[in-house]
Amino acid sequence: MIDKRRQTADEAVADIKDGSTVLIGGFGMTGEPRELCSALAARKVRGLTIVTNNAGSGEFGIGLLMKQGCVDKIVCSFPRVPGSVVFEELYEAGKLELEMVPQGTIAERVRAGAAGVPAFFTRTSWGTPLAEGKEVRTFDGKEYVMERAIRGDVALVKAYKGDRWGNLVYAKSMRNFNPVMAMGADLTIAQVSEIVELGELDPEHVITPGIFVNRVVQLEALNA
Amino acid sequence: MTPLNRNQMAWRVAHDIPDGSYVNLGVGMPLAVVNFMPDDRDIVFHSENGLLGMRDLKPGEEPDSELVNAGKRPVRMLPGGAFFHHADSFLMIRGGHLDFAVLGAYEVAENGDLANWRLLDSKSAPAVGGAMDLVYGAKKVLVICEHNSKDGSPKIVKEAKLPLTGRECVSKIFTDHAVIERTGDGMVVREMIEGLTFDELQDRTGAKLRLANDWKPLITPDLPVEERPSRKKQVGEI
Repeated sequence: MIDKRRQTADEAVADIKDGSTVLIGGFGMTGEPRELCSALAARKVRGLTIVTNNAGSGEFGIGLLMKQGCVDKIVCSFPRVPGSVVFEELYEAGKLELEMVPQGTIAERVRAGAAGVPAFFTRTSWGTPLAEGKEVRTFDGKEYVMERAIRGDVALVKAYKGDRWGNLVYAKSMRNFNPVMAMGADLTIAQVSEIVELGELDPEHVITPGIFVNRVVQLEALNA
Repeated sequence: MTPLNRNQMAWRVAHDIPDGSYVNLGVGMPLAVVNFMPDDRDIVFHSENGLLGMRDLKPGEEPDSELVNAGKRPVRMLPGGAFFHHADSFLMIRGGHLDFAVLGAYEVAENGDLANWRLLDSKSAPAVGGAMDLVYGAKKVLVICEHNSKDGSPKIVKEAKLPLTGRECVSKIFTDHAVIERTGDGMVVREMIEGLTFDELQDRTGAKLRLANDWKPLITPDLPVEERPSRKKQVGEI
């Protein structure tokens, strides 16, 4: 029997190892798997590389992971937002490595990793400082920059509802990076507001099929 | 001669976008464009974080923390709107499916190079977001910015000095003084505010300009900018 349900966030993240590459869904605070990040921070793992769009707000979730010294490197497109005080302090002190990646290139690098595509060419960042040191090739008279895929050891995502097979649906704009990150790691852990019986999620409406998801934990009601 | 205010600039951009367009508005000044769309046009606004067909909150509407735009500000969906994930959202951008991106600028060069993501003297971490995707992905990139910086230096320059967002990507520039189109034959002034001469406009501009034979005065309605007390941004809001 397939049963991906876990009782607590702590149990769901208990075996994540030092040095892991962790993909984290969310866009700002919307769709951030905050409780999973906080549970991981409480374990004081070390040497993580995290891949996520923003660098956390406040001292919870992604912010807490950084505050607890779990993160060596962050791959993101927009680290500076009001409230990203932990990031700014660590970055300015030289204690956090930052890889700045255009937002669409993060999404596509993770999608490529999920699809077994090791690298791809994109027009994005051509002729800018973010293309420096990267291979450029010309296709049909236009220059494109080579980007390598990203594959996560772990993905932490947030969804609205899930079932014991790991199927997920989202609510409104909390979807954002979550389905992309969910596809891109060897171990994907989803926190959901509600675990429902098999069959309650209409197959026509499933956004993340359970094949991508290893663990599901019910944490809080939406907007609670 | 009175330069346009921010609302008037946004109004002018809005009136350049034809019925049926799919449009992404950058954070900052471009966001105001949504407020001045003519009612008789169906314009579908795209947001990087996976929305098509959104609108601003109406007065009195409660914000929903699960429904925000790329600037992390609360929005609502229009009938006909759709949600999708980030990879599909940037497929729309990068695959040439969007008609227009409206972006702010620090500098636009004579050849259409755009710099709008990083200042040279900035000690804090860089932040690029989706700008580099939009500049090459959207069919047309419209820039809305003041003609000159606060110190009077031109924003439309011969060559950009700041780190670029993209090369040769700007189609049209809407400033508080003029509407300027980048053509195969250089920067062409399509509209200028009344009371301004072409020589005066050229003096305020680093790039070489040419006045279109059929240029028009740049006229907009009075759209006073509401003086609002400055508000501290909320955590999580850009």
